[in-house]
Amino acid sequence: MIYVSLFLSFLQVGMFSIGGGYAAIPLIQSQVVVLHQWLSLSEFTDLVTIAEMTPGPIAVNSATFVGTRIAGLPGAMVATLGCILPSCLIVSLLAYIYYKYKELGALQSVLSSLRPAVVALIASAGLSILGLVAFSGATPAFSAVNWVGIGLFAGAFFILRKFKWNPILVMSLCGVLGLVLFLLFPGFAPTVGG
Amino acid sequence: MQKDTYGLSKAALLRKLFFSMLYISTFTFGGGFVIITFMKRKFVDELHWIDEDEILDLTALAQSSPGAIAVNAAILVGWRVAGFAGMLVAIVGTILPPMTILYIISFFYAAFASNLYVAMVLKGMQAGVAAVILDVVFSLGGKVVKEKSVLNFVIMALAFCAVFFFNVNVIYIILAAALTGLVRALVLQRGKKL
Repeated sequence: MIYVSLFLSFLQVGMFSIGGGYAAIPLIQSQVVVLHQWLSLSEFTDLVTIAEMTPGPIAVNSATFVGTRIAGLPGAMVATLGCILPSCLIVSLLAYIYYKYKELGALQSVLSSLRPAVVALIASAGLSILGLVAFSGATPAFSAVNWVGIGLFAGAFFILRKFKWNPILVMSLCGVLGLVLFLLFPGFAPTVGG
Repeated sequence: MQKDTYGLSKAALLRKLFFSMLYISTFTFGGGFVIITFMKRKFVDELHWIDEDEILDLTALAQSSPGAIAVNAAILVGWRVAGFAGMLVAIVGTILPPMTILYIISFFYAAFASNLYVAMVLKGMQAGVAAVILDVVFSLGGKVVKEKSVLNFVIMALAFCAVFFFNVNVIYIILAAALTGLVRALVLQRGKKL
């Protein structure tokens, strides 16, 4: 039955993708394109593009997209449920352990070493996104500097640090300003494939 | 019975949690670390439901568990704020926006993926996202530097180089940092006994 195989497929995606985001893509591809042929490779590439363009985790986006195309709204729900069920079980267990033992000396020490590492991981994620914004091409070169992108980033960063504006407001303003500025300076505008 | 948490009744608390997650999830483009920075701004800075160290601990847990980081983080925050009901409410709030958006887009995905104006708005928003993430990194990183713990500073620098320059799998970085913390705990304990 299609619902069962959708559920089981995305259950595996949810269970074996550790580290989120890009770690999930090859798993989704093997389930959806190779094993079940629910999508062609080019449809899958479109899916990845859309998943990057829209809010939400790639695994949830893919589950909804594939589920809808294969079996409509119920398919989307079943696939999404499969994809988040392993998280629910494992993470609640971890939450329980964390809050029960977090006062323990050894765990305290482990956590205090983890925190700086997590800050570094977040910094790296932020800088990677900044790289996409600051350079038009695939490689960072002076000729490929995207001044519109850099200007938007610098303005947003300044407002956030100095005036503590609501981040979602800042981001939405960047979207509107981006549209205006890229229309004014089409040389810096993003290109679209397909 | 848990009541009057953060000065709210349980129902009001769950409602607030649900709409906070719904709002954050609707506007969170990009990977799991993006949603964590927005959650930090909302739950730590604005609502004061969680403290700064705790959100970093929860990030490490979300990152090291299977599944999407955003969903894992929602589970942890929901659990922390309002137990099992909080967890369910936070998950639904997190997955509802991407599900709705992807469900609608799945009907005309080719046109969406190749629309230049959509791409311009999204590129602008990307600049804003980079600013939001790096703003949070400055706050959290400043705190690590202020602790004046050489070990923590070294962990932060090494973790950053490993992930940013050498693309080391994030899981190994988390494990290495945890191990460092464990060794530190053992060394300190032995120091006390001597």
